Amino acid sequence: MSFINYLSREINCKIVYYGPGLCGKTTNLQYIYNKTNPDAKGKMISLATETERTLFFDFLPLALGEIRGFKTRFHLYTVPGQVFYDASRKLILKGVDGVVFVADSQIARMEANIESMENLRTNLAEQGYSLDKLPYVIQYNKRDMPSIAPVEELRNLLNPQGVPDFEAIAKDGDGVFDTLKAIAKLVLTELKRGGAGG
Amino acid sequence: MTNPQMVMYEEEFNQIQAIVDRLVREANAQVVFIIDKNGQLIASAGETDQLDTTSLASLTAGNIAATGGIAKLLRENEFAAQFHEGEKSNVHIQLVGNRVILVVIFGHNTTLGLVRLRVKKASEQLNAIFEALLAKVQDPAHETPFAEITDDDIDNLFND
Ligand SMILES: Nc1nc2c(ncn2[C@@H]2O[C@H](COP(=O)(O)OP(=O)(O)O)[C@@H](O)[C@H]2O)c(=O)[nH]1
Ligand SMILES: [Mg+2]
Repeated sequence: MSFINYLSREINCKIVYYGPGLCGKTTNLQYIYNKTNPDAKGKMISLATETERTLFFDFLPLALGEIRGFKTRFHLYTVPGQVFYDASRKLILKGVDGVVFVADSQIARMEANIESMENLRTNLAEQGYSLDKLPYVIQYNKRDMPSIAPVEELRNLLNPQGVPDFEAIAKDGDGVFDTLKAIAKLVLTELKRGGAGG
Repeated sequence: MTNPQMVMYEEEFNQIQAIVDRLVREANAQVVFIIDKNGQLIASAGETDQLDTTSLASLTAGNIAATGGIAKLLRENEFAAQFHEGEKSNVHIQLVGNRVILVVIFGHNTTLGLVRLRVKKASEQLNAIFEALLAKVQDPAHETPFAEITDDDIDNLFND
């Protein structure tokens, strides 16, 4: 749910990075954080376990510039990927304006991708959202790994509806900003139409 | 619509700011802030200079969401208030109208009892304002300035 502040002339939107454990969600946010001017970002918060697995969420506030005299601010969140953190994932989806699904391109992770995407649909539906109506893009990450599925196959499996999708190597930053720009654009376009995902 | 847009106008903001300013004084608090349940800061008052209010807002909302989840598991209504006790400062968190969160940070020069009392009064006033705001947004005549955004406007945001 975006928040329009007519007084400070700001528009705030919430974007959630979703996907199976270890697919590279936190890495996406870390890269964005490292490459953004200090005046355009706030602190990145990671609620993680001692072994750096996301426990609750990562959070990165980002300013993307002005549109019609309104500052656009995006709050980026990641969810914990492991299956047993489902209750936390549901909480983070509350009030979401746009979703990035980060898939792990490795063949061995195909089942985990599918399971996570089904989980995303289910959890959104519980909040009264539909993935088909929400601004939504897909990233095929880890394109540098040895045993990966061809993009065509990933597309058939994970993107039958043909939403914008991107190949990425998040640890080197490839595709990270393309993905972010695409989702930000969709969210702003949705705002223009006056919709709210439901 | 399951998720009405949150908006803030000057008139309501001034009313809210007045309440928050008064609460800082009357509760003898260090900082007071109001955030929505999604973690976006709405208003703040007091010694906010040294504080990362954006981070605080997001973490507080996460905290409220988590305790709300616990309440649901226990078949409780949402826990309306929380209190965290520190060595130098204490934090009182109050859910207002199940929609926004009122946070008071205070030190040893006041008491939890006084803070609670003042928070209760402020919550009632805030609740009325947010109800009115919500009604305004849901009014079909309500216009958004974003209807006039062009695709070029959006593209230009990324041309740097
Ligand atoms: N080879 C490779 N490793 C990656 C890539 N993106 C992330 N990783 C690594 O994958 C691991 C898990 O990443 P993380 O971002 O914590 O995953 P999360 O569970 O989705 O948040 C880390 O060791 C990352 O360095 C990538 O594009 N290529
Ligand atoms: Mg993570």
